[in-house]
Amino acid sequence: MLELDGLVMDFGGFRAVDGCSFRVDKGSITGLIGPNGAGKTTLFNLIAGALPPTDGTIRFLGEDVTGLASHQLFHKGLVRTFQIPHEFHKLTALENLMMVPPAQPGESLFSNWFAWGRVHATEQDVTEKAYETLEFLELSHVAHEMAGNLSGGQKKLLELGRTMMTDAKLVLLDEPAAGVNRTLLRKLETKIEILNRERGYTFILIEHDMEMIEKLCDPVVCMAEGKVLVQGDFQTVRSNPQVLEAYLGETTGDAA
Amino acid sequence: MEILGLVNYALYMAIFIAIYALLALGLNIQWGFAGLFNAGIAGFFAVGAYTSAILTSPAADGRIGGFDLHFTIGWIGAMVAAALVAWPIGKICLRFRSDYLAIASIGVAEIIRLVIKSEAELTNGARGISNIPRPAGDFGYMESQIAYLALVLGVLIVVYLLVERQFNAPWGRMMRAIRDNEDAARAMGKNVEFRRLEAFIFGSALMGLGGALFAHFNRSITPEAIDPMVATFLVWIMLILGGSGNNRGAILGAAVVWIIWSVSEIATDQLPHEYAVQAKYIRLFLIGLMLQLVLRFRPEGLLPEPLRGDLNGRGRNTKSGPANQ
Repeated sequence: MLELDGLVMDFGGFRAVDGCSFRVDKGSITGLIGPNGAGKTTLFNLIAGALPPTDGTIRFLGEDVTGLASHQLFHKGLVRTFQIPHEFHKLTALENLMMVPPAQPGESLFSNWFAWGRVHATEQDVTEKAYETLEFLELSHVAHEMAGNLSGGQKKLLELGRTMMTDAKLVLLDEPAAGVNRTLLRKLETKIEILNRERGYTFILIEHDMEMIEKLCDPVVCMAEGKVLVQGDFQTVRSNPQVLEAYLGETTGDAA
Repeated sequence: MEILGLVNYALYMAIFIAIYALLALGLNIQWGFAGLFNAGIAGFFAVGAYTSAILTSPAADGRIGGFDLHFTIGWIGAMVAAALVAWPIGKICLRFRSDYLAIASIGVAEIIRLVIKSEAELTNGARGISNIPRPAGDFGYMESQIAYLALVLGVLIVVYLLVERQFNAPWGRMMRAIRDNEDAARAMGKNVEFRRLEAFIFGSALMGLGGALFAHFNRSITPEAIDPMVATFLVWIMLILGGSGNNRGAILGAAVVWIIWSVSEIATDQLPHEYAVQAKYIRLFLIGLMLQLVLRFRPEGLLPEPLRGDLNGRGRNTKSGPANQ
């Protein structure tokens, strides 16, 4: 589904991603781990089109998408969330979801003035879907709250909800568990599993919570210093001496 | 006589408020909803005023036109011209982040003012264009004022309804999302650059219309009228005080600020002669003070941006609640 080949990203003199290559199969949940500063989020930014890579190619669904902008990739079915929640803070939680569906007729000035019937019909479908999504995420009670006032965990759920408002094929989750309390975290895991199994979403997720990685992800890719260190199932990666060295040698306490 | 004078003054003021309300609505599209800091309102105002003036005034020597067309064509032309000018400007300047856009747009407005002042072929230079026909201008003084006020109010109501429709529609939701978080909007498939340009052009067209209404009201337009103080910053204060992100707030702000602004003129006229030179600056100080007080005590404006949610089912609130926990 997604093939990365020799991706390189330079920031001035600093090479954040250094020749990353791996592939993601349809229907899988790939875990991306590695110590802080390993280049995981930068890699996400490259895949999602937020940054153009210095070198290398990205193929999505068999098509070369290197250098496409994020909004173009979105329309091909590649959706992402952010490490720090990027909610639309002055929109309600409901509106945060309602703005997502692509090609709404009401996004055209012309239709809003001259084809209100069509806009209205779509709007009703979108509203319905947004309420359902909130219900699925157990956020119905905050539907009309300003998103900026939600808790950190609720914002994370809302980000996940946004990916459900479109026909996503590949979803990139950047630390969905960070700052989320334990109970909510288990809930989040369940949601991701359901989406994977029932809706056929393919996921790549960056996570520091090893319990979550162990439970959800196969395969796991471990990055360090911009390179792919090891990939394989969780046990293989965990027992790999290089991985232990990368974690223990540079940071402490990140790996559970 | 005294009462007649007051009525005339009120009519005069109401017409100005309606014209300023149009400018504030235009700015509300750009700033309140798209988050674009346009500090060049005067420029688009001028383009609209001059375009309509050239299209509708009778033929004159030494400059292009006038074409002696109907005023409605002049007003539509004003919107089109302001939009056409906004397009390349937006294309270039909207790449800047907000504060840089402000600086760039001040510069652009100044360039437009200088072009108007020096291109006598087009605009009759510093002498400006006079003889601009005023709709219903043949009636007696007061009747003509009333008729023009009715016309301007009609335009304002139509514009308000059209803009309000957009704000409540998915278009407005998308623009507010782009304003709140550009990166996330982009990741959700919205073409941020294109949408910003759209909002910039839409708002600028309304500013052009405001300029045209002003020119026809005064029956003339000169480069003097394109003063950034009254054509740009006063509009900003109106929007901030009224409540950016709220169309009714923009109109209310226009009314409140214009009333204070005009009454302050009466007040400063009462000052002894030796203060006559300072009078203008006292008024500026007053406006600045007002802005400070609003920002300190009510930064969201008199009518804050409403929470919108879904259009047709706000009642569904009742469906949720503790039961869903």
